[in-house]
Amino acid sequence: MLALKRLARQIGGLGIVLAIASLVIFLLIEAAPGDPASIILGTSASPDTVAALRTDLGLDRPLLLRYLSWIGGVFTGDLGNSYTYDTPVSALIANRLAVTAPLTLIATLLSIVISLPLGVWAANRPNGPVDTLASLFSQVGIAVPNFWIGLLLILGVALGLGWLTPGGFPGWDAGFWPALEALILPSIALAVPQSAVLTRVTRAAVIEVTNEDFIRTARAKGMSRTRALWRHAVPNALLPVVTMLGLQIPFLISGAVLVENVFTLPGIGTLAYQALSQRDLIVVQNVVLMFTLIVMVVNVIVDALYAVLDPRLRGRT
Amino acid sequence: MSLTLCAFARSVSTAAFIAAAPLAALAGGEVSFIQAVEPAGLDPTEGSPVASGQVTWQNVFEGLVTIDRDGALQPQLADDWDISEDGLTYTFHLRPDVRFHNGAAFDSAVAKFSLERILAEESTNGQKALFTVIETVNAPDAETLVLHLSAPSSDLLYWLGFPAAVMVEPGSVETNRSAPVGTGPFKVDEWRQGDRVIMSANADYWDGTPALDALTARFIADPQAQVAALRSGQVDGIAEFGAPELFEQFTADDTFTTHVGAGEMEIVAGMNNEKPPFDDVRVRQALMMAVDRNMLVEAVKSGYGTPIGSHFSPASPFYEDLTDAFSYDPEAAKALLTEAGYGDGFEFTFKVPTRTYAQRSAEILQAYFAQIGVTANIESSDFPATWIQDVFKDTNYDMTIIGHAEPLDINVYARSPYYFNYDNPEFNAAIAGIAAAASPEARAEGYRSAQEILAQDMPALFLYSEPKLGIWKTGLEGVWLNGPVPANDMTDVRWSD
Repeated sequence: MLALKRLARQIGGLGIVLAIASLVIFLLIEAAPGDPASIILGTSASPDTVAALRTDLGLDRPLLLRYLSWIGGVFTGDLGNSYTYDTPVSALIANRLAVTAPLTLIATLLSIVISLPLGVWAANRPNGPVDTLASLFSQVGIAVPNFWIGLLLILGVALGLGWLTPGGFPGWDAGFWPALEALILPSIALAVPQSAVLTRVTRAAVIEVTNEDFIRTARAKGMSRTRALWRHAVPNALLPVVTMLGLQIPFLISGAVLVENVFTLPGIGTLAYQALSQRDLIVVQNVVLMFTLIVMVVNVIVDALYAVLDPRLRGRT
Repeated sequence: MSLTLCAFARSVSTAAFIAAAPLAALAGGEVSFIQAVEPAGLDPTEGSPVASGQVTWQNVFEGLVTIDRDGALQPQLADDWDISEDGLTYTFHLRPDVRFHNGAAFDSAVAKFSLERILAEESTNGQKALFTVIETVNAPDAETLVLHLSAPSSDLLYWLGFPAAVMVEPGSVETNRSAPVGTGPFKVDEWRQGDRVIMSANADYWDGTPALDALTARFIADPQAQVAALRSGQVDGIAEFGAPELFEQFTADDTFTTHVGAGEMEIVAGMNNEKPPFDDVRVRQALMMAVDRNMLVEAVKSGYGTPIGSHFSPASPFYEDLTDAFSYDPEAAKALLTEAGYGDGFEFTFKVPTRTYAQRSAEILQAYFAQIGVTANIESSDFPATWIQDVFKDTNYDMTIIGHAEPLDINVYARSPYYFNYDNPEFNAAIAGIAAAASPEARAEGYRSAQEILAQDMPALFLYSEPKLGIWKTGLEGVWLNGPVPANDMTDVRWSD
């Protein structure tokens, strides 16, 4: 019951933060130099044509009115029309999510699958060969930017070996495998830096827990080293790992912007990048608001997961 | 585990089947080409016509007249026309057999609607200014269209062949930007924003079904990604490859056929002609003489591209080579600067848009200017947003560098306001003279003298004409090698057997 109340309070807080965030996003984006109408019309248009397009796009309305009509639309599910594409922003975002959502999901799963066993294994024998390898992996993974890994994968795997596609996205209607195939290399590029961080955190957390008294007690009761590790150490070490996973989500999203551009994937990242450079303000506002929402929802989920992972936190307010 | 694998294998085999199906249909032909810049809307009559025209002009939309691959004017939806003696009345005779993709008929009422829409007060046509000479449009019968002009305009027919003047169907204008309806050989099936435009052959095309069954424009901005897409066989070619240093690898490869054509884009370093010291013609001339344009082309474009001496493309029949007027001579440049009172040089801000060619050219210019004691401080300007605001709208700059893509656009120097802040009555008179030219010869002569005036007065440093580096799969025939208009016209393109 208490947990539910807590959740309700968090969601209420989320609404207030989101309202403030929307205003900040709107004002920041409006303050950026560059007029969408001039950009759409290019360098050959005369001033009266630019003025006509500004009216057409509704850019000549007062700032407050534009903010209210945007935010009012958000509540009714009408996110407005893209200036450049002249199509509803909601449809645009939905189409792009069909690329970015699977991409980030696969990348997250991949990073967990790599980092959890690797981190635990490394922690099992600190300074052993696996640990050395794991720390090398995490150092390189953290140091190397994901887009560069992406370029290497294109050159080496796609063009060199001829496996998988070097970029582009055929769409889900081209079939499950062709679409999935296009996401494999980008997911790896996105997952490597994530798993590098997670490996490091897992390793440190497991080592810390292994030094706790209850592990010694478990070992003293005759439990094997491996069993003590998996039965007692890992569950207790998950808390910082889940925290880190939640904190990494914004990096995952910003990473997707770069990786999608390298692999020319029509995802949310390329949409945000293109909309920003074209000053398709309405698209930028909505995408940034959505990112904010995602990050906040992830935080709520992580909070809720704490209670699942650590019974001591249950019932606390 | 085995279950998952099984499902996986099944999906692979299904996918293989799906992939095989279009292959069978491919025999008639399918072409997928790279377009670097995704247009803001697919209707060239709204917004800037360059990128939208590169996808839909001639493929989807057609005009009363058109411009062919050699830059010559050709009839299209109007098969014939008469011009009155005084040059003020144009009578077009329209084709009777033309239908739009949605089944609507093309007639003089539609043509009248299309032209009046360009001229309307609320028009958002990026090139409206070219057509304002049209005073009234009349449709006396279904196959006749009559234009009355306020003044003679020798270029009007040429402008009417432009992407910005294509014919649109009244019922679909509201949706043409996202779902275009034209009269052309291809219909747009789907626009996956940020990714591609998928087109298929128009079986009812008035000029016979095109050879290709399907056409896809793929939007890939990054040259490395373009190379990857070409190399992996995902696409069949690109008309304007932007990275000459990566071009060489394709010239030696039999899988591809490469062409170095001439485009319509002039790269110029525009100056704020109202602002000292650029208001002094001697300073502008000195800066031009400080630059070795051949070296610049070598360094920026790996030698592809042609140095120019005025704002004109070598692809044009009216082109005159004026690069000798102020060719590279740093000593003479220094002397001229001293004469203008800047013997000790000067310092200025060079606002450079974030485009590879511009950034590279600016660095080389900076080094050349330094040789004559002039310090250029390069300031990157985010393109398009910040640059258009700062340089183009507010003319808050000293010198910049940009490519002008529209064909035959020397008249921009007669525009006021325009970002050069250039006002030369002699030049304005020359442009007015071209409009009033009574014969093709007089028009050509007018363009030549306009070029000569700019070559002397140097409102911008004329650097080079952008090459059109085409890379196409060997076996593909009929693509445009030159670019008299920015286009990817696939009407006559076919695969050889």
